[in-house]
Amino acid sequence: MKLIKNAAGRLVPSIISNQKQIPFKGVDKFKSKKRIIYTPIKTCAEYPADGNKVIKNLKDALKKAGLKDGMTISTHHHLRNGDQLTNVLFDTIHSMGIKNIRWFPSASFPCHSYLIRYLRDGTIHHIEGSMNGPIGKFTSEGKMKGVGVLRSHGGRYQSIQDGEVHIDIAVIAAPTADPFGNANGVQGKSACGGLGFALADSEYADKVIVVTDNLVPFPCVPWQIQGNHVDYVVHVDFLGDPSKIVSGTTEMTKSPDRLLIAEYIAKFMDEVGIVKDGFSYQAGAGGTNLAVILFLKEIMKKKGIKARFIRGGSTKYLVELMQEGLTDYILDGQTFDLEGVRSMRDNPNHVMTSPFTSYNYHGKGNFASMVDAAILGATEVDVNFNANVVSHSDGYLLHGIGGWQNCLYSKCTIIAVPSFRDRIPVILDEVTTLCGPGELIDVIVTERGIAINPKRKDLLNAVRNSSLPIRSIKEIQKEVYEICGGVPAKPNVNKKKVVAVVKWVDGTVLDSIYKVNV
Amino acid sequence: MLGVKKGSAGKRGNNVRSDCFVEIELTKGKGIKSSLQSKVNSMYGQDINDLIITMCDFFEIKHAEILVEDNGALPFTLAARFEAAYKKLRPDDTREFLPSMNKNNYYLTQKDRMRRSRLYLPGNEPKFYTNAGLHKPDGIILDLEDSVAPSEKDSARYLVRNTLCSVDFYGAERMVRINQLPMGLNDLKFVVPHNVHVILIPKCESSITVKDVEEEINMIKAMNNISAEIYLMPIIESALGVVKSYEIASASDKVCALAVGLEDYTADLGVERTNEGRESLYARSTVVNSAKAARIQAIDTVFSDVDDMEGLRASVLEAKSLGFEGKGCIHPRQIQVVHDAFAPSVKEIEKAKKIVLAFSEAEKNGLGVVSLGSKMIDAPVVKRAQHTIELAILNCLLDKNWNK
Repeated sequence: MKLIKNAAGRLVPSIISNQKQIPFKGVDKFKSKKRIIYTPIKTCAEYPADGNKVIKNLKDALKKAGLKDGMTISTHHHLRNGDQLTNVLFDTIHSMGIKNIRWFPSASFPCHSYLIRYLRDGTIHHIEGSMNGPIGKFTSEGKMKGVGVLRSHGGRYQSIQDGEVHIDIAVIAAPTADPFGNANGVQGKSACGGLGFALADSEYADKVIVVTDNLVPFPCVPWQIQGNHVDYVVHVDFLGDPSKIVSGTTEMTKSPDRLLIAEYIAKFMDEVGIVKDGFSYQAGAGGTNLAVILFLKEIMKKKGIKARFIRGGSTKYLVELMQEGLTDYILDGQTFDLEGVRSMRDNPNHVMTSPFTSYNYHGKGNFASMVDAAILGATEVDVNFNANVVSHSDGYLLHGIGGWQNCLYSKCTIIAVPSFRDRIPVILDEVTTLCGPGELIDVIVTERGIAINPKRKDLLNAVRNSSLPIRSIKEIQKEVYEICGGVPAKPNVNKKKVVAVVKWVDGTVLDSIYKVNV
Repeated sequence: MLGVKKGSAGKRGNNVRSDCFVEIELTKGKGIKSSLQSKVNSMYGQDINDLIITMCDFFEIKHAEILVEDNGALPFTLAARFEAAYKKLRPDDTREFLPSMNKNNYYLTQKDRMRRSRLYLPGNEPKFYTNAGLHKPDGIILDLEDSVAPSEKDSARYLVRNTLCSVDFYGAERMVRINQLPMGLNDLKFVVPHNVHVILIPKCESSITVKDVEEEINMIKAMNNISAEIYLMPIIESALGVVKSYEIASASDKVCALAVGLEDYTADLGVERTNEGRESLYARSTVVNSAKAARIQAIDTVFSDVDDMEGLRASVLEAKSLGFEGKGCIHPRQIQVVHDAFAPSVKEIEKAKKIVLAFSEAEKNGLGVVSLGSKMIDAPVVKRAQHTIELAILNCLLDKNWNK
């Protein structure tokens, strides 16, 4: 495999799965001259005039869709760790004797480690999406047949519309659908909130199969997925385990250190002037992130101000914020708990968003760059403010990118990380895998202090007389190295064997993930 | 040759974090064979192996099989677990493998320093130590008593000793709660040489206990050429302790504060501990009175519901009204609430400012008597006002240059 050095100084393959790649050129440097792809023109005459596209089972639908060896099958991850449909889908594909599928999920979860058997036996050739937990370990140890590709949510939309990834068959799990294929995620026993991650799949795949466990007579309202894109509808008994699709409630962290980080973030945002009437920010469902919401809420109440919109990851905490009149809108990419689902169903100001509206870099703007602040996690950061969100310091690939890369474009990007985990320092000289270039990361907040990117002189000025623990990133790193017993050794990997790559939001290749020497 | 061939210490299992399990088996011949499984193997595997070899050399272990299961233990924990495992095989070996003293840990304390919050940390749970000081308690207590299971007492002593050396307390007063006597006397040699500031004496019922502890401390200090003061905080936790509280408070000039512990006290009375606390009002008031009579601080018990911050706030305000100056904390998030509740009110600060200004004015003019308006002010009132100002500055309610 030929590796070339990209603009970030990282070695990346020039060809992946027989497709020529463009190495990362720098933030905002690469401009594609191509056109957005088209899908074949269909006519209504090819579809039942009464709108009934129901097929008796998934196997028949896959047959009708023309499933063949080597095809690309896409799924979405709105059912999260409760998803059973994807496992059943590959059981079916396997039973049909089909091989070498490229699985193209919008994300994977621990429940999908079931699919390792199909990676082993060649049913699945490789994954382009996220490789989490056991699948990440499997991939890192060089056991996957092809090279994995990791993309952000926006990057996934971009790769589909740009024609980088051609989806042969999209299988869309829908908590509620009608026979025409209109579908939503806010109703039914498997309700999960919005279905935004399946939007591109419905628009651009050759064949679209909607699978539901709650088939209602036409019309299914709201139609988050439009039946006009859909070829077949399959009715099944269940899509998954509702208790794992959304949690009953998302719980606030009790960790004193995470709470301290959250408190620092809220105070920092206030002191630099972000928390003002009409502001916006990107929330999430991680423990620290939820806690930030509560600290911000106190500040907003005290100041008597409200936000214009908050982007989620929605949870009951965000819903409460809106109910108390502290934000006009929730713009929601995925819904994490039952309260979030209920609110999206009942409150018109709780709006479903998609990777197209929120994240797609190859569009005429997106929401992610419009928010005043985004708070994100990371597995590692480095002294140049670069960050890693997919691999650990031992070289193992264990997480997906999600919307993380896209959110880096916010006006103030804040990374919330502990300064060390057990004995693992989080601030390194150089991140194991580059996922986010330091020029887009403004602040790193740890329990040992807040480090501001020297490029952000405005922020440094704003906190000049602050009582917050503002420190240089190197000073925090030094303290943590002393605690952990020195500089950690680099991961033991085979630099000649790339097992997966990380794409940047524009489709260029940002970094490689290497085989771990076991 | 001893009968025991295998010694172990620490924790093993999937849920263990920031700790490790060490097992040492002495063998005949064959040299040192060690097997390491570590969560941080790729990053610090070499360091861990080096530490094992260094410690074997130090204790002159020539032939042994050593097993280390590590879940991200920091070096001070690894060393403590190794030493505890080894000392089970050679309890008479008095050599100590000490981590070097953290350069930030040399600071001293004062008898009357502020002790609004003291954070209890279980003496055998290393994962809590490194960040405890970041939450800014006035004091951190490494607890060898109730939070440590009887079978873990030995291991905990090595861990607490290494913690006092290695871990940055970020300016918090460095405290250790020893076991009840006589066991507690054996704890002292593990902590006294390592800049401990305050020893908490649990279930104290007599001045003799205080004097025994003081004597043992003095002996260890003399042996180690230590001149820094080490203060004592007896904890009153029984009916008898309450009766003897003044005797205990005045047993030594090293006693800096008297604390009350209500879990054991209510058990001793045979009553339920309630939130209103009527059953312990006598004990608490008596402890306050005895402490004040001995001119030392009175410190209240812990508040055990870590989710109830409003309850905690109310409890601190009540303690403050009874005359207590500090509260025990069992979770770092309680610290700020305790500090806020002990902070003086705006009215109190304004009054204190006037008194302190009047006092310095009188001093400047060489007057022996201070008066504010038509009222005469005596020395204890001035002292209390100065304390209020100090608290106000600490809580960011007053600029430290307020009088300039």
